[in-house]
Amino acid sequence: MSVEMFIQHFLNALTLGSLYGLIAIGYTMVYGILRLINFAHGDIFMLGAYFVFWGGALFRLPWFLSVVVAILFTALCGITVDRVAYRPLREAPRISALISSIGVSFFIQNLSIVTFTAIPRAVHVPQWLGQVHLIGKVRLLPLAIVVPIVSLLLTSGLLWVVYRTKPGLAMRAISKDIETTRLMGVPVNRIIAITFGLGSALAAASGIMWALRYPQIHPFMGVIPGFKAFIAAVLGGIGSIQGAVLGGLLLGFIEIMIIAFFPGLSGYRDAFAFVLLIVILLIRPSGLMGEKLEEKV
Amino acid sequence: MLRVENLDVYYGGIHALKNVSISVPRGKIVTLIGANGAGKSSTLRAISGLVRKKGKVFHDGEDISSSSPEAITAGGLVLVPEGRKIFPHLTVYENLMLGAYVRNDRSGIDETREWVYDLFPRLRERAWQKGGTLSGGEQQMLALGRALMSRPNVIMMDEPSLGLAPLLVKEVFEIIAAVNAEGVTLLLVEQNAFAALRIAHHAYVLEVGRIVLEGSGEELLADGRVREAYLGG
Repeated sequence: MSVEMFIQHFLNALTLGSLYGLIAIGYTMVYGILRLINFAHGDIFMLGAYFVFWGGALFRLPWFLSVVVAILFTALCGITVDRVAYRPLREAPRISALISSIGVSFFIQNLSIVTFTAIPRAVHVPQWLGQVHLIGKVRLLPLAIVVPIVSLLLTSGLLWVVYRTKPGLAMRAISKDIETTRLMGVPVNRIIAITFGLGSALAAASGIMWALRYPQIHPFMGVIPGFKAFIAAVLGGIGSIQGAVLGGLLLGFIEIMIIAFFPGLSGYRDAFAFVLLIVILLIRPSGLMGEKLEEKV
Repeated sequence: MLRVENLDVYYGGIHALKNVSISVPRGKIVTLIGANGAGKSSTLRAISGLVRKKGKVFHDGEDISSSSPEAITAGGLVLVPEGRKIFPHLTVYENLMLGAYVRNDRSGIDETREWVYDLFPRLRERAWQKGGTLSGGEQQMLALGRALMSRPNVIMMDEPSLGLAPLLVKEVFEIIAAVNAEGVTLLLVEQNAFAALRIAHHAYVLEVGRIVLEGSGEELLADGRVREAYLGG
């Protein structure tokens, strides 16, 4: 393989991995706090992409504005999902909320088919993002640079919130002991809502960039990226934000590089991720950066 | 300051608290003693809104019977839970800041933290250490310090001496007396009846979910039934 080809694949992997990572953060944060795998998260990602599409196509919003509005709306959707489908089940066995999340996932997908129709839509890509530049023999899409940078900025911003702000401190406390956190006077439900809002905003950012990079959206576009980001979160160690980013990047690289080096296997592309999931769960269920299961009392 | 009237708590079919009424006057230490499973912890958990209850709770004249734990803490009535329950993955400093979560006055919080550090110099030394690395006694100091951070007027403590070496137990009770001397009202739940009665102004004895005896600390220390049942004869 030529160097140019490798750079090309490297950039593709970096983009894909960043997008997985952004979605994976939402899984990992919700899991960290509620011990819930939010299966509707992939559909939240899809909504982000649709909102930006409708913002431009229907409301004729300037491109940048429609991105901001889409992220806000998606965050609101995430908060609503928690309020309607998970919060009433806070005291119920964990499996109930899990099943509820599967229900929400189906609901969002089917509601999207009804309202958006199942016809795939093409997303308008601003020229400065979508125009290919030839540098040597490398075809450079500005998105391949923009996506990792935006992802890095968003992730840094999130880490700042989690480690440097008061709600972030409350989030870290809730993840260990929700009852004692309530005794500190922390409005736990509001902090959980903030968590869903942040996770959904990142998923929206990912969905929007996904739609720009692979410019076609449809109501099921969130299913496979959602599952893969979930695998990325498990790979990195579910509950760990840094782990989710790392897991996302790793998964992106594994996927792209296997196909790059073994083009014959490209038909099995989606299968790699799931095989990987099985392997991690067998060998190292706490993931690369996950917290150890034992705990000092 | 704190008044509990006709408290009943059920866990499924189990009637854990039966018509419990207690009263904690301003500035005093009141203790609730009793054997394991008598309902001491349930009483505190019911007062702080963690378990569902029947009956009335008044704090500072305000009816808090149906308030959430968050609101009760914000109102100045704080529970130091059994087992201390500090956050092991957060630093001592962060634990204290969580205790001050209900406050927004930055400089006031810094002041209170300095006061807590003066009260427990060990916490100042270990401010940047993870809570989980502290010894049992230090964790108890942190739990109490964390409770003080919200500037409560009533603190409820559930078994502060549990699992501590005898020397530390003495220290903890000295600290409790010191906190009380600062004007904080205390409701103390203890299995170590002797130590608790010695510092308490008033005490209640709880037996299988019911108050069976009450009196001043000295009265109960001298009471034959109490001596036999809780003080080893």
